[in-house]
Amino acid sequence: MALIDLANPTRFLALVERVLPWLIAATVLAFAIGLRGAYLAPDDYQQGATVKIMYIHVPNAWLSSFVWGVMSLAALGTLVWRHPLADVAAKCAAPLGAAFTFVALVTGSLWGRPMWGTYWVWDARLTSVLVLFLMYLGLIALWRTIDDPARAGRAAAILTLVGAVNLPIIKFSVDWWNTLHQPASVFRMGPPTIDPSLLVPLFVMTAAFSLLFVTLHLAAMRNEIMRRRVRTLLLTQAERA
Amino acid sequence: MMLMQEAGIVPGSVRGNVVMELKGTGLCCVRGGRRVFAGVDFAVESRKSVMLTGANGAGKSSLLRLIAGLIRPAEGAIALTGGDGEISVGEQAHYVGHLDPLKPALTVMENLTFWARFLNGGAGPGQDGAAQRSLEAVGLGELGHLPAGYLSAGQRRRLSLARMLAVPRPIWLLDEPTTALDAASQERLGRLMQAHLDGGGIILAATHGPLGLDGAQELRLGTRVASP
Amino acid sequence: MTALANLFARDARIAIRIGGGAMIGVLFFLTVVTLVPFAIGPDLALLRRIGPAILWLGALLASLLTLDRLFASDHDDGSLDLILMGRVPLEIAVVTKALAHWVTTGLPLVIASPVLGLFLNLEPAALGATALTLLVGTPALTLIGVIGAALAVALRRGGLLLPVMVLPMTIPVLIFGVAATNAAVGGPVPFATPFAILCALTLMSAVIGPFAAAATLRHGME
Repeated sequence: MALIDLANPTRFLALVERVLPWLIAATVLAFAIGLRGAYLAPDDYQQGATVKIMYIHVPNAWLSSFVWGVMSLAALGTLVWRHPLADVAAKCAAPLGAAFTFVALVTGSLWGRPMWGTYWVWDARLTSVLVLFLMYLGLIALWRTIDDPARAGRAAAILTLVGAVNLPIIKFSVDWWNTLHQPASVFRMGPPTIDPSLLVPLFVMTAAFSLLFVTLHLAAMRNEIMRRRVRTLLLTQAERA
Repeated sequence: MMLMQEAGIVPGSVRGNVVMELKGTGLCCVRGGRRVFAGVDFAVESRKSVMLTGANGAGKSSLLRLIAGLIRPAEGAIALTGGDGEISVGEQAHYVGHLDPLKPALTVMENLTFWARFLNGGAGPGQDGAAQRSLEAVGLGELGHLPAGYLSAGQRRRLSLARMLAVPRPIWLLDEPTTALDAASQERLGRLMQAHLDGGGIILAATHGPLGLDGAQELRLGTRVASP
Repeated sequence: MTALANLFARDARIAIRIGGGAMIGVLFFLTVVTLVPFAIGPDLALLRRIGPAILWLGALLASLLTLDRLFASDHDDGSLDLILMGRVPLEIAVVTKALAHWVTTGLPLVIASPVLGLFLNLEPAALGATALTLLVGTPALTLIGVIGAALAVALRRGGLLLPVMVLPMTIPVLIFGVAATNAAVGGPVPFATPFAILCALTLMSAVIGPFAAAATLRHGME
């Protein structure tokens, strides 16, 4: 079956039905290995056990940007190639991306609290994630406000691409703003640079969360296609009356 | 006709003796997820007109907007031969839809001269004179100085028609042009349309009733399309 | 060229004739600036410190909140159809309309800012710097805001959704505008650095904004 056949929603649904159980199994397995590795990993000399939040925070932070990248590709699919499944992919990715971003924010805040003494200090990286979260929510609001899925898809696609172009600019600006107003932060909110072998569970957790995204995304796309079919049926019913 | 000759306007005479043909093949239009029409073909040449008929929702407005370039067809193509090859069909057409584009804050004359200059690509020589004559040709000659918000529905529709006279473009796309017009104005419109055709123009008009044009073809939309 | 000049003149004329035109933006600006001392107290030293930020926020909101009818009014009366059928590219028409909006709304804000700065106890250097950065930055706000204005047509309604979608993208302009103003008054950073970046942001938005807005308008018609 050629890749182009996936454009056909029916074939796509058939593929999803076949692949989904395996994906779920792979996700569960990856999480099992990753969480075990995180549990067994040694504590950080400076932060203690709280460093283990990074095994959740870092993958989610990475995925929050990655999902916007996926949506940007889908946006190109909608606008340039008019691929029928592109706007379905974009619509389903947005809430998932927002969820990953939210988890990144919460875990980042919890991770920083012992060191900062407070829940939020407008740290440069977390602030960029906060702005990204706002952009996700704005996009989801746009999806929900326009009734016609095709028109919503095109408007959302343009906003996604404009957002993609702006995100590096925003990140640069927030970094600049942060160095202007705050001294360098006490600790880096990233993986410790001590020993590469400690990063193995991190990679596994990143893979696990990525698999989670793919699984949920495909399942959501399947649901969305069903939803659109119901809508078409109802429209046809109205027309025949 | 006498009125038109006195007014000094011969609408649609842009292309003079060149024969143009506007052709649409296999047109399919999808709006709001609904297939409005499919497999529509038409061909109309200079001095000819097409009446679009059909029930409400059959796609008459959609077809006109499609030709004007405001929507893209899902399938099919529009081609114009004998026109200006450098610009799109929409840029050589006038479109009068259900709405009358005028700004209430500006006067009637300001509205008309704006559109005349904008659609023409700039203020040409004698443009303002042409605007005044267009207003007179539709019976609004006395009202140029009034704020456009004071016009009645019929007068606004006539202002839209005056726009077509003030800027010569060969193709006229009219969506139920007689809406809000009284009998005298409808008759006047018929004469203006006939003059446009005589000058070499093309008219496609969606209408529920006859427009009084000689030799108009009819294109009926709305026969049931088989579902895919 | 004259077609665009006519479009500019028409938009400017309407903006001036209707509903107070330029003055309503300035009035909103004044209102916001007045609200802040009520909220934080008439602490002059504090107001002087955050004055540029208040002025920038006020200008940001005044610009964005007046943009939502930019294309919607043309769409509602059918003018947008004719603009698409005119012999000007839609992107350039968008820039022209944005320019008309800036001249009638943004520029009065720039002119009003030194006066409002006096309410906030700003020193003369800060007054001048704020006006200069606003002069360079408010076009960027307008050009980014036209994307929201175009989406307003697709959404068929405005409300708070548009500012929510557009405001994150104005954050860089805000950061560098205020930073440049503060740098002019005194500070570790030389004025030229953030000011140059602000100019760059304005130039970038002149490209991104109109292209995105034109694409949205075209796709929203179907």
